[in-house]
Order: sequence, then structure tokens, then C-alpha cells
Amino acid sequence: MVEPAVDLTHGQHHDDHADHGPQGWLKYLWSTDHKVIAMQYMFTGMFMALVGGFMAYVFRMQLAFPGIDVPGFGMVSPGEYNALVTNHGTIMIFWVAMPVLLAAFGNYLIPLMVGADDMVFPKVNRLSFQVFFVSTIVILASLVVEGGGFAGAWTAYPPLSADSTYNLTPLGSTLWVIGVGLEFVAFLLGGINFITTLMNSRAPGMRAFDVPIVVWMIVVASILFMLSVGPLLAGAIMLIFDQTIGTGFFNPAMGGDPILWQHLFWFFGHPEVYVVLLPAMGVVIEIITTFARKKVFAYRTVIFTVVATGVLSFFVWAHHQFIAGIDPRMANIFTITTLLISVPIAELCFVYIATLYGGSITLNTPMLWALAFVATFLIGGVTGIFLGAAGADIYFHDTYFVLAHFHYTFFPIAIIGAFAAITYWFPKMFGKMMDDRLGKIHFWGTIIPFNMIFIPLFVLGMGGQHRRIYNYSHFPELALDWFQDMRVLATGSLLVMLAFQSVFFYNWYKTIRHGPKAPKNPWKANSLEWTTESPPPHGNWRPDEMPVVYRGPYEYSTPDREDDYWPQNEPSPRGSA
Amino acid sequence: MTAGARIIPFRPRPRRPEKMMSNGVLGMLLAVFVEVMLFAGFISGFLIVKARAVGSVWPPPDQPRLPFERTAVNTSFLIVSGIVLLIAHRAYQRGNKSVGPALLVATVLGAAFVAMQGVEWVALLREGLTLTSSLYGSLFYTIIGAHAVHAVIAIGLLGWAWLRLQSGRLPREHLSVVALFWYFVVLIWPFLYFQVYL
Repeated sequence: MVEPAVDLTHGQHHDDHADHGPQGWLKYLWSTDHKVIAMQYMFTGMFMALVGGFMAYVFRMQLAFPGIDVPGFGMVSPGEYNALVTNHGTIMIFWVAMPVLLAAFGNYLIPLMVGADDMVFPKVNRLSFQVFFVSTIVILASLVVEGGGFAGAWTAYPPLSADSTYNLTPLGSTLWVIGVGLEFVAFLLGGINFITTLMNSRAPGMRAFDVPIVVWMIVVASILFMLSVGPLLAGAIMLIFDQTIGTGFFNPAMGGDPILWQHLFWFFGHPEVYVVLLPAMGVVIEIITTFARKKVFAYRTVIFTVVATGVLSFFVWAHHQFIAGIDPRMANIFTITTLLISVPIAELCFVYIATLYGGSITLNTPMLWALAFVATFLIGGVTGIFLGAAGADIYFHDTYFVLAHFHYTFFPIAIIGAFAAITYWFPKMFGKMMDDRLGKIHFWGTIIPFNMIFIPLFVLGMGGQHRRIYNYSHFPELALDWFQDMRVLATGSLLVMLAFQSVFFYNWYKTIRHGPKAPKNPWKANSLEWTTESPPPHGNWRPDEMPVVYRGPYEYSTPDREDDYWPQNEPSPRGSA
Repeated sequence: MTAGARIIPFRPRPRRPEKMMSNGVLGMLLAVFVEVMLFAGFISGFLIVKARAVGSVWPPPDQPRLPFERTAVNTSFLIVSGIVLLIAHRAYQRGNKSVGPALLVATVLGAAFVAMQGVEWVALLREGLTLTSSLYGSLFYTIIGAHAVHAVIAIGLLGWAWLRLQSGRLPREHLSVVALFWYFVVLIWPFLYFQVYL
């Protein structure tokens, strides 16, 4: 049973495994192994990240140099611009952040970290990816159908999304809703697996507070997703009926209510922020403890804080609608809950800093990504306070300040968190050690341009620049020279950042081809995934070597021990500390 | 880090703990939670539209009335089906293998519910209540239709369970999973009935 389940050197046949379903390349397409499914999610997500990044490149070029013939795309028409912006948002959130962080790392890490041989429902897991794959095809198809992709912004507010006489994309907008709906079904199937696996398949001895924080966070995120997505699915069904049959759920002329969609959407949409945030925060805390060689500061507090965040996240949604005509008394309530939810998140950031305090820190690539996550997410969080206060939001709403704010939250989550996770678990996933020097070049080449993109956008937003405008030269008060200079700076930084991603792909290629082989536990970490081969075999451990747990995952630098780490599965000598 | 030694209590070699509930039941419970939230979304939309109705007159005066009394008969079919299944389910859990007839009765009663609903829909369509005739119709067909889709799936699962039982290959857990889904379909119906039909 030592066949590497994930083996990039294709073409070899494993004849000793006739009982494990399809062989050869079909093994990768039709596998029920959680590690293969994780890879499928990750590579699909990375491909979609390239698509989303290309869209950002096209519309940023249009904003910096209006009317230019964008290399690789051509002239951008106003309709295309709106479709690009809409689908950039949709793809980056639903086809990059969720598959890479939640689905790929959830699938990869949960069974390995709780000491299970696979998910409890492997076939449901396979179905989950297959549905996701179909949804990917649907969303990509929606871009090229007649009339072009949906152009009503990723929040799809009616009437723009509901009536094709407004959005001019009768097919694209319906395909968009169907694609997003299918994607949710895929993650529901995945979420059922995650939660059930954690509840029922933990290794003997693993108690609730011996579970690594990242697993807790992914599972809490799945619970949030499952509780919040139902109303949005209901809304999506109503929206499709409005688009195709001509019902009037969101049409005031027929007695419907467009604000209803906003409530249904944001009732999902705000917990969704935490659905993608929590896995990233979990990844970061794993990396920080490993490379600070310190026990997590206040493990239980972290778990309770995460649960509190999850509960609170259901009572903040209307802060997206302060200027949509909701009752001001309701706006007051949602201002209070919104400011409240920053408390647990700030607490988590303090926990991370307290964990670093006094540690013996190794600044390698995963650790740099983890630290960058905390720093940049902090900026995103602090700027959110302004938007959460109903008074300030009236000025900031729909400006680039909002845009820069949520990119300062989503970029750390979806990109920095994902790079942290990939660089940290790469040795386990692919059995090779990545080049640290190239990794650092890629890190600085991403993190500096990222700030150079969005700090100018903060300034522009405070200057009153509205979102979703195709060409600012049509608006004299927004066509100032220094405004345009800022836009060019942001676009130039984006080009630099995109160019530096090639370093990452080169590093990946070089590591797979020539990288040194990874040992079982290259980072000297404690959790269970480091006790098996790199990459783990099918079934994760030999059947006679399934792990048993004796302690929590963060026992670093325990006094009176020779090693500064203490794997979870190592029995304690009787009477020792 | 040489501060006060942390005491980690000694643990003997642990054994695999008892599961709180089986994988299938837990998975189905989670799926049911999602479905409950789906219907909560529909009902909240229904309530908002109802609250905004012109002159607070609901249902709209120019639309046909829903057959509240006749649907009460359907509802009783569904409830009885749920109770029969509950009895069969509990008997099967205790090891009684001869629950086939009861399972069949529950399935047929469920199918009768769906069939009678279909007959009512045809009548309503004839009277002029359609998906697009008004928001009243849209909400009715969307919400009750969503329930009907769930009912049809659940009846299919019950029929599958009955077939497996006939060949003696129905693990207890599988019946629990299928029954759980049917209980959801049965229990959510009264809420929809009193909200939408009244």
C-alpha cells in the first residue's frame, strides 16, 4: 500500500492494486481518494485564478488607458467591461477562493489531520468535484454565448440581473445563475463530508481539543456555508424564474421586491466572507506555530472565538444595504453587530501575535506568507470599520474605498492564504521540497505590487471615485490628472504582480523535476499528516500503522524534551511531563 | 521558552470512541438542515411579498382561492404516511424484519399525496392560477413545487428501500437515512400549508 496516490510522473501502472477502481490516467479522473479530489479542486481553482487574473488585467488596462487596444484582448466595449468585472468577482470568490482553500485543502487536510484513511463518503466527495467541474464549464460557457457573459455585477441585484431588456445578456445571465447554483451544490456535498468526517472518523484518542485548528476552522466554515446557502438557493430559483418564465418576484411593478434579493443574497454573502476567511486563518495559525516553535496561544479561546464569529456572521448582512433604502433603525442595529464582529477577528489576530511572541522564528517562504496574511488582513479589517458604520458608509458606499477594502480582505484570504498553504504542504502533497529562494522572490514580487495596487485605490475611493464605471474621462470631476496617475500606478503594479506569478509556476515545475525529495516531516511539525509518507499512499497510512493520538497538535518546545516538537501520535513515557 | 513546565497528563493507549450517530444519519441531518434553510428562504420571500400586498389584501382578490379544505385531506394522507413510517422504522431498529407492508403503505400514501396535489394543480391551472398570472401564483407554484420535488425524490428513496427490504439487503442505517428525509418532507409540509394556503 505504498503507491503514491498523487504522482505527477504519470504513466506507471500499479498492478498490485486491482481492487481500487480504475487504473492509469482514469485513476486521476475517477478517483474517490480525497487527496486526488483535493488536487482536482486545486488545479481547477488555479486555472480559474488565471482566468480571473486575466480579466483583472483587461479591465485595469481599460481604466488606466481608456480606449486602448488591450494586448491579448483588443478593444474593451462598455458591455464587455461590465461582464469582465462581474465575472472577475464571481470567479475569484466562487471558483478560486472556495475551491482552493475550502475544497482543496479541506479535502486534503481533514482526513490526514484527523487520522482517517479517507472521507466518510468518498463517492459523494467524487460527485462533489464532478458537479463543481460542470459548474466551471457552465460559468466559462456563459462568457462566450451570444450576448456575452453576465454583466450585472457579482451581487446580481435585480432588476439588472432579472430582466434581459436591462442587462442585454438573456443567456449569459441565466447561465451565470445556474453555474453559481451548481457550484453551491458541489460545496454542500463537500461540506457534508467535512463535518461528518471530523465528527465520526477521528483517530482513537483524538478529543475535540486535540484537533488541529485548521480542521476546526474548515469545519466551522462548512457549517456556516450550509446554514447560509439555502436562502440564496431559494433566491436563485426565483431569479431564474424571473429571467426565463417572467415571474415578478423581484419586480415591484408586479408586487415583488428587489430588496428581497439583496436580503437573500447578503444573508448568504456575509457568512460567505467567513466561509473563506476561516480556512485561511487556520492555515496561517498552523504555519505560525510550526515556524515559531511555540504552542498556540489560547487554543480553546481560538475555537470559541471562531464559533462566536460564526454565530455573529449571520447578523451582519444588512451592512451591505445601508443605502438600499432599509429602515434607518435597522441600519443602527446592523452597525452595532458589524462593529461587534470585528472583536473576535481582532482577537484572533492578537492570538497570532501572542503566538509569535518569544518564539524562535524561521522566516522561510510559508512563514512569510503567513505573516503577510496577518498584516494585510489587518488593513482590510480596520478599513472595514469605516464601512460598517452606517454614517460613514453613506459616503464610502460604491466607491473604490469599498473595492480596496474587500480586496485587502479577499486577497490575503484567497491568494496569500492559498500560497501559504501550498508552500507549507507542498512537500506532503508532492513529495518534493520547494526552492525557498525562488519562493521568497515570488513572495516579495507579489506582496509589494499588491499593496501598490490597492493603496492608490483607497486614496481614489476617498476622493470619491465610483465603482463600475467604464471610462472616467467621461466624468470631469473624476478625470483629474492625479486620479489618472493613481489608476496607471495601480494597473502597472498589477502587471508586475501578474508577471511575478511566473516565478511560482517555474518554481513548481523545477521542484517537481529536480527538487530534493521531501522527508516525512520536513518542518518538524506535530500534526498527524506529517507521520505518513510524502506523498501519502492510498489510504494515507498502512492499515497496521493507523495513527493513535496522545496529545494536542501544538506541543512545541516542551521543557525536558530533547526534540522541540512532540508528534501527536508518539506515546508519552509514563510519568513524564 | 523555559517558563513553568507544562503538565501534559499521561494518556494510556486510546481506543476508538463510540460514534454519536452513524455517518449516514449525520450526513442526512446536515442535508436536511440545508433544506430547512432553503424553505426558510422561500417563506421569508413569501412573507415579504404578502406584507407588501396592495391594500394589505391577501390573497389578491382577482386570483382563484386555494383549496384549503381539500388539501387538508391530502395533508392527513401525508401525516399518516409519516406516522406509519415512524412505526415501521422503530420496529426495524429493534430487529423486526417484517416491516415491508408498513413501508409499502407509507410509500403509497406519500404517492397518493403527490398525485392528489397534481390533480389540484390541474384544477387551479384551469381556474387561471398560473406561475405568471400573479405573484401569488408564482409563490404558490414555486414553494409547493419545491416541496413536491422533494416529496417525489423521497418517495423514490422509500420505494428503493422497500425493494432492498424485499431482497433482505437493507441495512438499518439506510432505512434511517431514507426515513429521515421523509420525516423532513412530512414535517415541513404543515408549515407550508398554513403559510401558503390560509
